[in-house]
Amino acid sequence: MRWRLVVPVVVVLMLVVLLGYGLTRRPDILPSAFIDKPAPEFDLPTLASDRERIETSDLKGGITLVNVWASWCVACRSEHALITQISRRTGVPVIGLNYKDTEKAALRWLGRYGNPFAVVAFDPDGAVGLDWGVAAVPETFVVDEQGIIRYKVVGAITPEEMNKNLVPRIKALKQSAS
Amino acid sequence: MIPEIGHFALILALGLALIQTVVPLYGFARNRADCLAVAAPAAIGQFAMLGVAFVSLGFAFYANDFSVAYVAANSHTQLPWFYRIAAIWGAHEGSLLLWMMLLSCWSLAVAAASRTLPREVASCVLAVMGSVSVGFLMFTLFTSSPFTREFPAPGEGRDLNPLLQDPGLVFHPPMLYMGYVGFCVAFAFAITALITGRVDSAWTRWTRPWTIAAWAFLTLGVTLGSWWAYNELGWGGWWFWDPVENASFMPWLVGTALIHSLAVTEKRGIFKSWTVLLAITAFALSLLGTFLVRSGVLISVHAFATDPARGVYILAFFTIVIGGSLLLYAIRAPKFEAGTEPVAALSREGLLLLNNIFLVVAAAGVLLGTLYPILADSLGMGRISVGPPYFNKVFIPLTAPLVVLVGAAAVMAWKRTRAELLRSRLWAPLIIAIVVGVAMPLLTVGPGALAAIAGCVLGCWAIATALEDIVRRCRGRRIMLPRHVLGMALAHIGVGVFVIGISLVSGFGGEHDVRLAPGESTSMAGHEFTFMGTRHVEGPNFVAEVGDFVVRKDGEQIAELYPAKRRYNASGQTMTESDIDIGIWRDLYVSLGEPLSGDAWSVRIYYRPFIRWIWAGGFLAAIGGLLALSDKRYRRRADAPARRAVATDRNDKAAHA
Repeated sequence: MRWRLVVPVVVVLMLVVLLGYGLTRRPDILPSAFIDKPAPEFDLPTLASDRERIETSDLKGGITLVNVWASWCVACRSEHALITQISRRTGVPVIGLNYKDTEKAALRWLGRYGNPFAVVAFDPDGAVGLDWGVAAVPETFVVDEQGIIRYKVVGAITPEEMNKNLVPRIKALKQSAS
Repeated sequence: MIPEIGHFALILALGLALIQTVVPLYGFARNRADCLAVAAPAAIGQFAMLGVAFVSLGFAFYANDFSVAYVAANSHTQLPWFYRIAAIWGAHEGSLLLWMMLLSCWSLAVAAASRTLPREVASCVLAVMGSVSVGFLMFTLFTSSPFTREFPAPGEGRDLNPLLQDPGLVFHPPMLYMGYVGFCVAFAFAITALITGRVDSAWTRWTRPWTIAAWAFLTLGVTLGSWWAYNELGWGGWWFWDPVENASFMPWLVGTALIHSLAVTEKRGIFKSWTVLLAITAFALSLLGTFLVRSGVLISVHAFATDPARGVYILAFFTIVIGGSLLLYAIRAPKFEAGTEPVAALSREGLLLLNNIFLVVAAAGVLLGTLYPILADSLGMGRISVGPPYFNKVFIPLTAPLVVLVGAAAVMAWKRTRAELLRSRLWAPLIIAIVVGVAMPLLTVGPGALAAIAGCVLGCWAIATALEDIVRRCRGRRIMLPRHVLGMALAHIGVGVFVIGISLVSGFGGEHDVRLAPGESTSMAGHEFTFMGTRHVEGPNFVAEVGDFVVRKDGEQIAELYPAKRRYNASGQTMTESDIDIGIWRDLYVSLGEPLSGDAWSVRIYYRPFIRWIWAGGFLAAIGGLLALSDKRYRRRADAPARRAVATDRNDKAAHA
């Protein structure tokens, strides 16, 4: 047996370990330190809107969904249709947080796929994303009428996630508020 | 009742696949002809059972049997019947069934051709294919049966994903899978070679046609996929370096390398262990592609199901099949490496060695880019999305030299070629390539990017050299050239056409986003697009807003385009249906964005010169493969007694040397 011929086996084993690791990393089971805490302070310019800026106090007074996205993010494309659907089904506005992106690319993305957001906060250097504990794009936060984060989805929203968790939770929050 | 028959047929198929695997291998070990003979009938039986399962699922779709969970999730009474049939492979469970169905088609073909092979080789190949089938059947039966019932049955289905409601869905997945699964045959031959310890020119002659067939189907599948993405996704692009696209592209690259290295092994008897390794790798990448699509490890526009249990199963299966094969390779391959002579740089085998290096490194580059997000994540570097900039940077420098080499393919002789011969035969194609390559973009799309023109010259070089070879060989000959020679030339012409297409579309293409109210117009590359307004249209299972655009060139109307925005009734999803004015020299592509204030819409307009050439190149290459496949040389032993194929091998080698 020549050692050089063993190289392919070793490569494949390394590949398998890597892929196995990838499988264990279900992004949705990461705990979050931000749940049931007030949303971190921010004050950002907005993208493609009449309003000049958006800040933390704008989140209060009603339930909102904050969706962190970027034009370079493949997963954001896949959850795009669901964001619109959630907003329509629950009547809750979605605030976009455009993360580490350029204005041109972000506007172009919205033009291509449609704009599901009521307003988009523009965070080019990711400073606010850091405060919000964004580990991966996309992430979605449910913020209640007092500006407290009630639920968080890491990674792209799936139809199951939407039907089992997001929509019921938003509806429950709405009921307890009224 | 019918779905239960399908489910039962799958269980029977599993039993037959087990027999197909175990009995022939036992027969091989004990040298018992009666056990070896079981392989072919078992393969035929498995094909019949999978056929029953496939038809059962098709019937459930046709009859709108929503008590079957898979049908309820992927169909709708308003869905046209041809999409209801194509919906069989519209999601995870059914695609698996299609995969197994095609695998059993290949097994059937091998069983039918087994008369031309020594019995132990044919049985061993079928046994290996059977074992792959066992893995997939168990996966289907235990984790993802398409026949699971749902009680109470819903009154209406949830409809097929609107993205998939395109004629592309009818053809693209079967072709792609045919290619993917076809590499299983080459893989089975490789494993057989490792078991029997024989890689001779008879072995390569059996393996070559199967590999070429799989490669031709994969080429068709990838080309159709790119075409479908262009038509359906509304981004005006034809390739996105999406993980799932890469999953189909990597086996293609390695498969292309395999075809070429098989040629060297057949003619010169060298590169044996390398050829075997490539055959295993091509299939490994097909399996890896399946893993990436099914497990949800990578996020992509195509990703089907994200169920960790399925991911774990496929990963385990991948480890056993590929890990086991490579272990076998490590143990047995030294046998094939008997005193190889050095390879001359100026020889066909030297050229093909370079070809293999470039192709395999390119495949490794794509693999690295595809898996990089997982790698970065595991090293704690955060989640990273690797996009087209990486792939373009890695891929273009690796493939451009490959196209230069294609030009020398026909001229190079085995063993050694004199440099004067190269010079005397290649100067004319070179001059033609430069003249045509520079003139063509100037005459059709105008002056522009230098890199694009260089790419165009490169493409013309591949075409000119292939034509030179055909013309020179035909001169003074009465009879037709052998088909494998024509096939090779055609495939290389396809590469040239493809390269011209991508160079010019990326160098000269244009796009812009614009807000248009009815009556307003915008211009793009000399064409004036006027937006006439939108109207409301009701389709079978959707409602649509259809825009009306008039395109004029030099004041004369040349086309009317009707891009649409569809809303599907069942899912509420909206889809952009672009409309395209097709041409040999350019496509004009209009798609509707979002409605804006008043009757105005955001509109995206793309100008895509020479984009048809990209797919034309892919189709030409695939036709070249099929032409080579139909060559008599692969059938010449069809009526000779099988065992003589091995016996005459030595004489054959002498004749080629």
